[in-house]
Amino acid sequence: MPDLDESFLALPRHELAAAALQRAKDLGASFAEFRLERIRSESISLRDGVLENAGDDEDLGLAVRVIHDGTWGFAAAVALTVDSAVQVAEQAVNLAQVSRPINTEPIELADEPVYDDVTWISSYEVDPFNVPRAEKVALLADYSRRLLAADGVTHVTAHVTSVHECKFYANSEGTSYTQQRVRVGPSLQAVAVDAETGRFDTMRTCAPPAGRGWEYLTGTGWDWDTELASIPGWLAEKMAAPSVEPGRYDVVVDPTNLWLTIHESIGHATELDRALGYEANYAGTSFATLDQLGTLKYGSPIMHVTGDRTAEHGLSTVGYDDEGVAGQQWDLVKDGILVGYQVDRRMAKVNEDVLGTPRSNGCAYADSSGHIPIQRMANVSLQPAPDGPSTEELISRVKNGIYIVGDKSWSIDMQRYNFQFTGQRFFKITDGKLDGQLRDVAYQATTTEFWGSMEAVGGPQTYLLGGALNCGKAQPSQSGAVTHGCPSALFRDVNILNTTQEAGR
Amino acid sequence: MTIAIQLTPQDTVEQALELAAAAGAEGCVVLVAETSSANLRWANNTLTTNGAMRGTSVTVIATVGAGEGTAVGVVSRSSVTDTTLRDVVDAAVAAARDSEPAEDARPLVAGTVGPGWDDEADETSVNVYAKFAPALGEALSRAGREGRWLYGFADHEVVTLYVGSSAGMRLRHSLPRGFVSATGKSCDLSQSAWAGAATRDFSDIDPLALDAELTRRLGWATRTVSVDAGRHPTILPPAAVADLTTYLFWTLDGRDAADGKSPFSKPGGGSRIGEVLSPHPVSLRSDPQLPGLETFPFAVARSSGGASSVFDNGLTLTATDWIRGGKLENLMHSRFTADLTGAPAVTPAIDNYVLSVDGASGSVDDLVAGLDHGLLLTCLWYIRVVDPQTLLVTGLTRDGVYLVENGEVTAAVNNFRFNESPIDLLSRFTAAGATVPSFSREWGDDFSRTATPPLLVPDFNMSTQSQAS
Repeated sequence: MPDLDESFLALPRHELAAAALQRAKDLGASFAEFRLERIRSESISLRDGVLENAGDDEDLGLAVRVIHDGTWGFAAAVALTVDSAVQVAEQAVNLAQVSRPINTEPIELADEPVYDDVTWISSYEVDPFNVPRAEKVALLADYSRRLLAADGVTHVTAHVTSVHECKFYANSEGTSYTQQRVRVGPSLQAVAVDAETGRFDTMRTCAPPAGRGWEYLTGTGWDWDTELASIPGWLAEKMAAPSVEPGRYDVVVDPTNLWLTIHESIGHATELDRALGYEANYAGTSFATLDQLGTLKYGSPIMHVTGDRTAEHGLSTVGYDDEGVAGQQWDLVKDGILVGYQVDRRMAKVNEDVLGTPRSNGCAYADSSGHIPIQRMANVSLQPAPDGPSTEELISRVKNGIYIVGDKSWSIDMQRYNFQFTGQRFFKITDGKLDGQLRDVAYQATTTEFWGSMEAVGGPQTYLLGGALNCGKAQPSQSGAVTHGCPSALFRDVNILNTTQEAGR
Repeated sequence: MTIAIQLTPQDTVEQALELAAAAGAEGCVVLVAETSSANLRWANNTLTTNGAMRGTSVTVIATVGAGEGTAVGVVSRSSVTDTTLRDVVDAAVAAARDSEPAEDARPLVAGTVGPGWDDEADETSVNVYAKFAPALGEALSRAGREGRWLYGFADHEVVTLYVGSSAGMRLRHSLPRGFVSATGKSCDLSQSAWAGAATRDFSDIDPLALDAELTRRLGWATRTVSVDAGRHPTILPPAAVADLTTYLFWTLDGRDAADGKSPFSKPGGGSRIGEVLSPHPVSLRSDPQLPGLETFPFAVARSSGGASSVFDNGLTLTATDWIRGGKLENLMHSRFTADLTGAPAVTPAIDNYVLSVDGASGSVDDLVAGLDHGLLLTCLWYIRVVDPQTLLVTGLTRDGVYLVENGEVTAAVNNFRFNESPIDLLSRFTAAGATVPSFSREWGDDFSRTATPPLLVPDFNMSTQSQAS
């Protein structure tokens, strides 16, 4: 079990927090919170096995958010001095005062127990920042060469992002915590180019980003050897595959693809700030409005979706959120019905009666000290059936259909109704058996229709944590990392497009 | 206890260059960006979040000899002090020593001391909204009284960049950037409208006028009509054209084309430079000096990749035609990728573009007046590549699709999912208007220096209806 980073602990975090919170209080703030955050990130890219770029970034700064006269104020700076912390508190109060005339909603927060100087560390083994750069590049070069050596692979790109995040949070209610999280996001992609026709296609690894350390790159939690050995063959088969006949098909969706559909059509749709209109000018709103809580038929009765900030190796997993709320797990969709939302402390308070609970479920997050905490996505996961079938068994139930593996293109409308996704591999299913790949496939549906057509979910043996490092939301835009666990699942009568025909060719 | 001292940007550059030389670096480039920003965000007719941020970013690029080549180490930090700068420089030099020779290594760009090097960083603050904020307050209360909902965001930032190198370069350049994006919804939330604009200082942005435009558009929705998916005559206003063109712009990577994995790759090898992409006199051009769209006049690269190379920092950027008279003229190249692929010129990316059609004049309203039956869009959203071979992208219409009948807007219609290629559209449009400054709904928050014309496409592919409203 790793320890909290000593160089972060050496920063005067308690001293800065005390100065900022005291200043905010002296200026009349009814609530104040302080964050000191250091985010180390490393990005390594190889092109055809040769290092293209290696960048080592660190973002370190402090932020103060206050409620003053019922209005939010926020400010941030990078100088880690007591003077700077005091000045930031003053700026935050000033901003609240400037904003007061155009704020019509007095801000109040849901109660949360006080956590006094607690610590939390995510579950990982090897800190990527303790692995020599050359060793990391050499590993990616080896993985790249395995793909490049295969017939039919023209080019290979390899990329890994590693993040080490340390946060100290303290608020005027007495909560303070120090939290450390590590995550990695590796991917390799092989490209095939037909020299004669110029047609090209790609095949990417399905290894999801994970709340793990460098051990993930060397085989803990993902079987790289098998996947890398299989990619050239899959790519060659895809290059030679027939173009899909558009129409309606039964589909078995692999968790390597389904996580993204969950992210877009459930994860974002059950964010209460969206349902309430706070993202209307940017990310959008939600069809799953608050008046439908407890009644909206989201999907078939076997659909059980949870929100959590507690799953081991989850990218959204925390000990405590950016408002000092402890990580929890709760239901979003149960027996196919909308039963919950993702909220922060303000929304929990305002909507306490409708939500049926006075507590925030801990979804406040800012992607750096320079940004304001907003409601961000928990790990939103589709639960498997306890004794559910294997992926092969699900495929065996399909007479004429498609098995979809790996995510690729994704798009959904501003209210989370209409979506369209592609994938890495599409296998034709004939009489319950895989029957070679298809190309030019996209599936397009409306959220409730799609989840309503879910006939079966796989068992725990099919369950996988997928996810993304780059979920965007809010203005100014913030990036979030989030995990979605899901089993394989069988959907009946889904609209399949031929993308070449869509292009009018 | 030693008190850490925040260095000036100039001192950061000079000391880092000295430290790098002392640590044995052959060459070094230091970029210091001082950024200040202030923003206001509103929803449901009230202010929601707001903030004032100040940040610094220091990037040290150190090079060392490696066999017959040159290796590079790049380290970026959000802030440094006199005591931590040495660690940052040492880390960059160590990273270089730890690396194989860089493929894109080139001599550092030679240079001299540019104008204003000694000047302090320019900055912005919440005061940029001195006129805007009270007027916004008035617009929000007017909307409340008149039964519509307003949502939006205003952002202003000033970046002052200092670039220094061991080759003698000292460049300072300051850039303001701002935008406003505003959504209006009817009282029952069934109709939505949008307007947005880029600005350099908010002196030209009037919240009450924005609200009036949203009100006019919501008025078009007094009558609503359902229109089926299919290929429709469609007017794309400049914002929607920018939504699509920005994707095309980002696909102009020269190395990807040479590698055979771009829509601009030529079957059998090489790129499509010189090929006619459109029968129309279409031009796509970038120029750091474009009035109103001014951007950094020299290359800025904190990482290498595609047409970007850390060795090219400070390279003078000049006006570049990507497409001229309908013909593909240039793709984006660093010095390295230009050599690698035999490109005709070194043409790095530039942070702005103008899409224009020679001889086109008139506005969206003129295109509407000339259309018998079709659709008028507001903007596009959630655009993603479906097929990189053809640059087929999918996405959705958003916040206002209108029916045009006999030269007039007569109703609001449902939203659609589309599947289209912005490259194909350059050939298929049948009418265009004058190019004007535009603000992309999808990309404008990050890429706002665009100018585009409105276009009429006779057969825009609306793949399915979207229920979003």
